[in-house]
Amino acid sequence: MMPGMTPEQRERYLRHVLLKEVGGQGQQKLLAARALVVGAGGIGAPLIQYLAAAGVGTVGIADDDAVALSNLQRQVIYGTGDIGAAKTARARAAVARLNPDVTVVEHPVRLDDANARAVVAGYDVIVEGVDNFEGRYVLNRACIAARKPLVSAAVGRFEGQLALFKPWAEPGLPCYRCFAPEAPPRDEQINCAEEGVLGPVAGVMGALAAMEVLKEILGIGETLAGRLLIYRGLETATRTVKLPADPECPDCGGIRRG
Amino acid sequence: MQVLINGETRRFDAPMSVSALLAALELPATKVAVERNLEIVPRSAFAETTLADGDRIEIVHFVGGG
Repeated sequence: MMPGMTPEQRERYLRHVLLKEVGGQGQQKLLAARALVVGAGGIGAPLIQYLAAAGVGTVGIADDDAVALSNLQRQVIYGTGDIGAAKTARARAAVARLNPDVTVVEHPVRLDDANARAVVAGYDVIVEGVDNFEGRYVLNRACIAARKPLVSAAVGRFEGQLALFKPWAEPGLPCYRCFAPEAPPRDEQINCAEEGVLGPVAGVMGALAAMEVLKEILGIGETLAGRLLIYRGLETATRTVKLPADPECPDCGGIRRG
Repeated sequence: MQVLINGETRRFDAPMSVSALLAALELPATKVAVERNLEIVPRSAFAETTLADGDRIEIVHFVGGG
């Protein structure tokens, strides 16, 4: 029995419900969950699709960009007719086509230290695929302050990196800044705008990030917290390495000591 | 001392720290993370972490795109 689900929902999520680790109760958790996607770009596009398809009940989408022609090689929820439109609005339309169970909340703003904490406070889990280091530091600080789990995905060229940060949850768990204490010099940053990225690399990382969000909501499997996954597309290789906290980290060192 | 760096064998005359390794490779510590035997070394531990014969090192460049 799955009380609380309509016949349509029982059929829509049947392949989830068949999984004993998910079941009807797990699906209800997804339907009740609130996830915030920051960055509706190459990583965000498939991520939003998978969260919406999975029936995550509320999906916040934060992005202050408009769709550009050069986005379409990898940002698969947008089409040629979307060029110039706000990404949050077009992402919302894509979700509406996919699943009426999902409520989208648009945050068409750039998150900064002044506004991020209030935004993340309204969600159970935050997932980011932003296109710059500063945005990752902003989210890292906000999620530590609000004690929210942060799934962080990044791509450049043929490589992707994925981690889950919740340094407040137990001793020894890192935050983003334990991994990358400071942004590389501007002219040496590996980002999509300047270095390029092969489209499917963003798709791989978006799907992997969606997987970690669902695991975190459902409370199943082996957490990625304390580990870093590195995807190397040209080698068709992944490796997952330990990522310890840095006791000297300026962003999360304090909460551990406190 | 022999260590494997990004899959390639390198020999050094004497034991060295992660900081010294990055200096020898002419890599600024601000640009990379260092993975030693499948574990990221926190930057604050670069100076005090001494490499051992047979260590497998990966230099991980931060990617920042989305």
